[in-house]
Amino acid sequence: MAETKNGVADLYPVGEKQADKVRTQGGHRLDELTLENVLAGKLSAADIAISGDALRLQAEISRTVGRHALADNFRRGAELTDVPQDTIFETYELLRPGRAQSKQQLLDLAARYRRDHGAEQIALLIEEAAAVYERRGLFRKRF
Amino acid sequence: MTDQPAPNRWKRYDVWDERPLRLDKFAPESAGDGFCAFQSPSDPEPSITIEDGRVVEMDGIAAADFDMIDAFIAAHHMDTGVAEEAMALDARTVARMLVDINVPRADLVRLARGMTPAKLAEILHGLSTLELAFAQAKLRARRRPGNQAHVTNAKDDPVQMAADAATAAAMGFDEVETTMRVARNAWSNALACTIGAAVGKAGTLFQCAFEEAEELKLGMAGLTSYAETISVYGTEGSFIDGDDTPWSKAFLIAAYASRGIKARCTSGGGAELLMGFHETKSILYLEARCLCVQRGMGVQGTQNGGIDGAPVTGSVPGGMREILAENVIAAWLDLECASGNDTRTSESEIRTGAKIMPHLMSGTDFICSGFGSIPKYDNSFAASLFNAEEIEDFLVLQRDFELEGGIRHVSEEEAMALRRRAIDALAVVLEALDLAKLRPEQKESVCLAHGSQDTDSFTLGQVRDIADRLQARSVTVLDVIRALAEHGFEDIAENILAMMRQRVSGDYLQTAAVIRDGRVVSAVNEANDYLGPGTGYAPSAERRQEIAGIRDVLTKEQIFESEDRHADAERRRYRLQPNGPAARGNDPHEVVVGLSPAFGLRLHKATSDLFLSRVLKALLEGIEAGGGTPRVVRIWHTADTSFLGLTAARLAGSGIGIGIQAKGTAVLHTADDYPHMNLELFSQAPITTLDHYRGLGRNAAVYTRGERPEPISIPYQGEALSARYHVQTSLIYAIETGMLEPERAPEELGVTFYGRD
Repeated sequence: MAETKNGVADLYPVGEKQADKVRTQGGHRLDELTLENVLAGKLSAADIAISGDALRLQAEISRTVGRHALADNFRRGAELTDVPQDTIFETYELLRPGRAQSKQQLLDLAARYRRDHGAEQIALLIEEAAAVYERRGLFRKRF
Repeated sequence: MTDQPAPNRWKRYDVWDERPLRLDKFAPESAGDGFCAFQSPSDPEPSITIEDGRVVEMDGIAAADFDMIDAFIAAHHMDTGVAEEAMALDARTVARMLVDINVPRADLVRLARGMTPAKLAEILHGLSTLELAFAQAKLRARRRPGNQAHVTNAKDDPVQMAADAATAAAMGFDEVETTMRVARNAWSNALACTIGAAVGKAGTLFQCAFEEAEELKLGMAGLTSYAETISVYGTEGSFIDGDDTPWSKAFLIAAYASRGIKARCTSGGGAELLMGFHETKSILYLEARCLCVQRGMGVQGTQNGGIDGAPVTGSVPGGMREILAENVIAAWLDLECASGNDTRTSESEIRTGAKIMPHLMSGTDFICSGFGSIPKYDNSFAASLFNAEEIEDFLVLQRDFELEGGIRHVSEEEAMALRRRAIDALAVVLEALDLAKLRPEQKESVCLAHGSQDTDSFTLGQVRDIADRLQARSVTVLDVIRALAEHGFEDIAENILAMMRQRVSGDYLQTAAVIRDGRVVSAVNEANDYLGPGTGYAPSAERRQEIAGIRDVLTKEQIFESEDRHADAERRRYRLQPNGPAARGNDPHEVVVGLSPAFGLRLHKATSDLFLSRVLKALLEGIEAGGGTPRVVRIWHTADTSFLGLTAARLAGSGIGIGIQAKGTAVLHTADDYPHMNLELFSQAPITTLDHYRGLGRNAAVYTRGERPEPISIPYQGEALSARYHVQTSLIYAIETGMLEPERAPEELGVTFYGRD
């Protein structure tokens, strides 16, 4: 990536400045999202989905302007772009109070994220939750 | 009456009891019950202990005893590299830095990362309402403020939704938020708002407030672009009762990012109070905890400022100041702040107007996190602070104080054209997807409707069928774009597609991002740089025109046109024949009526809407009825009521004269008194009737006999007559003064009335 005066922040908004580089999850370039291509049936649902690379670029931009927590969130988001919807819901559900019945259940989930999705940041978040939930007694049944 | 006991009560209380304000309920300050805006005795003293780069103690609690909120804040919010420096600063010193134009926002944001919730709350307690508004102006993330609209209706009618979304987008709202009466109707709501918000412009962000899993699904289908109902609470008890933890919410926020959806948390003073888990802490301290959690999660922004808890927060002494303080903490923590003002906090219009003012003065990223762009009864979130009924009041506040509230007046013609197009566009999509066919009368009724009570459209049940089929078929925004483009709505299709390009770029995920004129504007590329006068955001000349451009401003041309229209009719009613210079009369009962320069020449109607021919006739009839002899003169050297009266009096054989201006203001004067020491004055021309003028004439005649009649009293009920008439009277009076001839003597007028009218 070309270094500029303010680093990657100068690439923002990337939709304007990097339209030929950013790609959809379906692999199309931003400037290929045209009416013509929609009508020709060349675009699919994956082409209205953001890619992990696009999110990682936004994370870099956030970091450059000093927003580290936001950048971390974008990095977690990037890890989830190829995670199926059902897995997302299952994970969210298990992280809610009283859903997981043991610390191990969450640790297993974290391991799955590492193994299946290379999602290190998400795994760390779940492991951290597991430790706090145990200490605060959140593995009790709520319903 | 005689049988009733004498009331032992000051009647003023009866008047006060009838005021809408009395419907608001207030609570005494009581920290033990959670009714405490700032500084509860239970709030901890700010403190931090860091060992080996880890927080081992925070706000008086050791790490081993952290509840889940403390633990999350310590791990994700506290910047241990800054904490010791920031926590060592004196609270008052920092409070002053917040309002010091020589301390840039970036320096303050850096320090906030090292401050605990108790520290933030302690500092904000030290700022007055004025200082809080100023601090917000400095700390807001985005340079130019914005606003968000609620678009909902009581029938979940997608046809109305599309029309209202188009109207809201045209008004300039950066975001449109909808929700449903019936949860299953989400998909048709989302479809309608997606289409409506894209009529006439690209870039209005849209969300459908719904259950999280469903919101994510809508997002993946391209039918929603942001989410803001990610609730965060300030105590462990309320967080768990809200069925979440900071980690479940942090995961959810990352999930929204992964779907290209802008996310914003929701918190706000009073929530823990309403949920019964306030731990006897102050409202601000608990909200500071919420906000530190949010910053730690890495969400770009927050919707805070009471929100659903705003009315209960407002019931406490200093509650509205607390709401400002929590918005300032949000901005200080570098979060986009959608500053509440989205629920009716009072039945009093005065409290309502006052509530919005500090936010309007400072500007926030979104003044309202849901301005009711639809009627109160159609708001499925419950009535907002401002609603469709009060949009013009809001526009006038923008104009009065030259403040940026983010919206503009849309002319009736423009609104009707947009509404029609939105409805037609939705119609082709519903038909192309084989979901419904709209009837012509249905479309027309929605187009013209103020709200759903005026429409002949779908019922809740019919909408549910549409929504179910929409969802069952896995429709995505690409199907919508295709249907629009194939049926003559390429422009709307293109606008929606432009939003998809924005989504894929991820640009609007950055802090405080909105899309204006097709461009992403956020705290990255247009950060707030306010540092005192002459810096930061100021409306462009074009925007200033827009803000000034409210409906029904009265122009000089309109006054002239209206007066010219009446001129011919008035000439058929009476004739004013100049008969040379006026001399002093000899008749001891003569009353002279002195007309102002434009009376009956350029001006023909009093502000009471009475024709001047009738006003003059009433005065003359009154004089005659009282046994006086009327005479009429035109006065050229003055248009001032007192001097008109005095001049007339000095010409009258009796020394009694009446001066009258074309706007209807009349005075009864004697020749011997100083100007302004009149006998009687009708200063409230708009509510003066012909009977009053007749009475004034009669009294004038009675004075000529040396008697003292009862002065005519005009019943005034406290109307703001100046607000109603001063534009008109200023313009009218300028016509009078424009006709002045200082050297010209009063002129005798022969008056002839034709017929009865």
